[in-house]
Amino acid sequence: MRLKLAVLAAVALFVVMVAGGAFYTVRETEVVILTQFGRPVGEPVTEPGLHWKTPFVQEVHRLEKRVLEFDGAATEMPTKDKTYISVDTFSRWRIGDPAAWFVALRDERSAQSRLEDIIGSEVRAAVASHELIEIVRSDKNRVLPPDVQKQAQTVTVLPVARRGRLEIEKDVLAAAAPKLKPLGIDLLDVRIKRVNYNADVLPRIYQRMTSERAQIAQRFRSEGEGEAARILGKKELELRRIESEAYMKVQQTRGEADAEATRIYAAAYDQSPAARELYAFLKTLETWRAVLAGKNLVLSTDSELFELLKRSGK
Amino acid sequence: MPRPTISFGEPPAERLRHYLRFLWLLPALLLLIGLLSTFYQVPAEAVGVVLRFGRYHTEQDPGLHWKLPFGIDEVELVPVKRQLKLEFGFRPDEPWTNPDQVGRQPELERNMVTGDLNAALVEWVVQYRVDDPRLFLFHVREPGQTLRDLGEAVMREVPGDRTVDEVITIGRAEIEAAAAARLREMARLYQLGVAVNQVQLKDVDPPQAVQASFNEVNKAQQDRENMINVANGEYNKVVPKATGEAEQKISQAEGYRQQRVNEARGDAAAFTAVLAEYVKAPEVTRKRLYLETMKEVLPALQGAWIVDERVTQLLPLLPGAQVAPEVRK
Repeated sequence: MRLKLAVLAAVALFVVMVAGGAFYTVRETEVVILTQFGRPVGEPVTEPGLHWKTPFVQEVHRLEKRVLEFDGAATEMPTKDKTYISVDTFSRWRIGDPAAWFVALRDERSAQSRLEDIIGSEVRAAVASHELIEIVRSDKNRVLPPDVQKQAQTVTVLPVARRGRLEIEKDVLAAAAPKLKPLGIDLLDVRIKRVNYNADVLPRIYQRMTSERAQIAQRFRSEGEGEAARILGKKELELRRIESEAYMKVQQTRGEADAEATRIYAAAYDQSPAARELYAFLKTLETWRAVLAGKNLVLSTDSELFELLKRSGK
Repeated sequence: MPRPTISFGEPPAERLRHYLRFLWLLPALLLLIGLLSTFYQVPAEAVGVVLRFGRYHTEQDPGLHWKLPFGIDEVELVPVKRQLKLEFGFRPDEPWTNPDQVGRQPELERNMVTGDLNAALVEWVVQYRVDDPRLFLFHVREPGQTLRDLGEAVMREVPGDRTVDEVITIGRAEIEAAAAARLREMARLYQLGVAVNQVQLKDVDPPQAVQASFNEVNKAQQDRENMINVANGEYNKVVPKATGEAEQKISQAEGYRQQRVNEARGDAAAFTAVLAEYVKAPEVTRKRLYLETMKEVLPALQGAWIVDERVTQLLPLLPGAQVAPEVRK
C-alpha cells in the first residue's frame, strides 16, 4: 500500500513537472537564457540536448547560435575623388554574448537596425576617405600579366591602388566590431557586395569607354595600313632585287660566254701569220656574200677578178 | 460508430457501457500512429541528420530507418549528393526549386566596375554541393544566401583587379579559376559546409551603350587582317612569278653561253682544219676561195658595172647616185 502510494506520488510529480515546464530542449542552433520573473538567471545554456529548470517560475528564451546575415541597402555615397557610387555591403555576425544581447537588444529586428546604422556609417566613412580606384581594386598586389596587352592587342593599363578593397573591408570591420561588442554582437565579416556607378556618372563613363575603344579601333586600322604598306614595299624590293640579280647574272654569263668565245676564236685565228691572213681573207669573202646580194656593184677592171683577164689580154 | 437508428430505443446507461467497451482502441491507435511515425526514409541523394532532444546525434545513410517517437528524435534531410547551383545576373529559362538559385535583382548583380574603371555586364553560375551536413545545418543560418553574397563579393573582387579586356575577352578562364579559388577560400572561412565545384562565366558583355564601340574594335581588327591579307596576296601574286622569270632568264643566258662557246670551238676547229690545208698552198687556195665567192656573189647582184681602171668621173651617171650622197652623210 505504501509502495503503491510512493509510485503514485512519483508519477504525479512527473506529470506536474512536465506540465509546469521543468524540461526543455536546447537545439544545436540555439542558446537558451533562463529568466526568473523576467530577470536572467544563471549562465546561458549553450549545450544542446535535454535540460531542466525550476517549473512555473523560470522562463526559456531561445536565441540563435548560428552565424546570422545582414544585408545592407545599396547606398549612394561619394568617394574621396568625388565620384558618386552606389555601394551595397553585406555582413555576417552572431550573438557573441547572449546575456548582453538579451539586455541590450533582445530581438533581431533591433539588431538589424543597429547593424545598419553602425556598418552603414563606417562604410560611408571608409569610402569617403578613399579614391574610387581603392574601392574597385581588391588586391593591390595584382599586376597585369605581361602577355595580356599583347593578347588583347590594346593599351589598357590596370591602375595602381595603394590599399585596395580587401584592406578597406578590414578597416570597416575593425571600426564597427568594437561598437557592436557591447550589444552582444560579434561582427565576423563585412564585405562590399556591389559597387556601381551612379546613374549620373554612367554617361561619362560610357563616353570614355567609347572613345577608348574608338582609339583602339583606329590603331588596328592604322596598323593594318602600315603592315600592308610594309608588305607592298617588300614586294617592290623583292621584285627589283630579283630582276636586277637576274639581269646581273645574265649579263655576267653572256659576258663570260663572249669572252670565252673570243678567246677560242683568237686562239684559232691568231695562231700564226698565215692564220691571220687566212682569217682576214675568209672574213672579207664572207662579208661580201652577206653584203652584196641585191646591190649594184661597180667593178674596176683593176680588181682581182679581172686580173687574169687583163693579164691574158696583154 | 453505431448509427442513430440502432441506438435509438436503448437506455442512456446501456449506451455508455457500449461505448466504453471500445475505449481501449484509443491508446492502441495512438501507439500505432506513434510507431508508424518512427520509420523514415532517407532518399538516395541525401543523408539524414538525427537530432535527439535537439542535439546532434548521428547521421544516417540512404535507406529506411527508425527513430524515437514523440519528438524525441528529429531527422533533417540534407541533399549532400545533389549538385546545386546559384545563378547570378540572369533568370534561368527553366523553373528552379532551390530558393537561393536565382537572385532578386539580376540587373544589379550583372553590373560591375572593372579594375580600369570601365563598366561590364557579367553573368555567372556557381556550382556547389553540401559536403558537411553538420556545418551546413548548424553553423550558419542561411548558408545558401551567404554563399550567394560571397559569390557576388568574389565576382566584384576578381574583375575589380582586371582590365575590361581581360573581363570581356581574353581572361574568362583565368577569372573563372580565380573566382572559384577565392570562393572556396571564403566558404571555408565562413564554415558553410559546402564545396564549391566551379564558377562558370556565362554572357560577359560591355554595357549596351558601348556595345557598338566594342564591335567597332572587332571590325577594325578584321579590317586590319584583311588589309594585311590583301597586301600579302599582292606580294604572292608578283614575287614568285618574278622569281621564276628571273630563273628563266638566267637559264637562257646559260644556254647562250653553251651555244656561244660550242660554236666558237666549232668555228675554231673548222678554221684550224682549213688553215692546215691553206698553209700548204696559200696562193692557190686564196684565189680559189675568192673566185668561188665571186661566183656566188655576182649572180645575186642586181646589176654590175665593169669599169676600166682608167675611167674616172663615172659615178654621177649611175642611177644609184641619187642615193649615194645620203648614204655618205
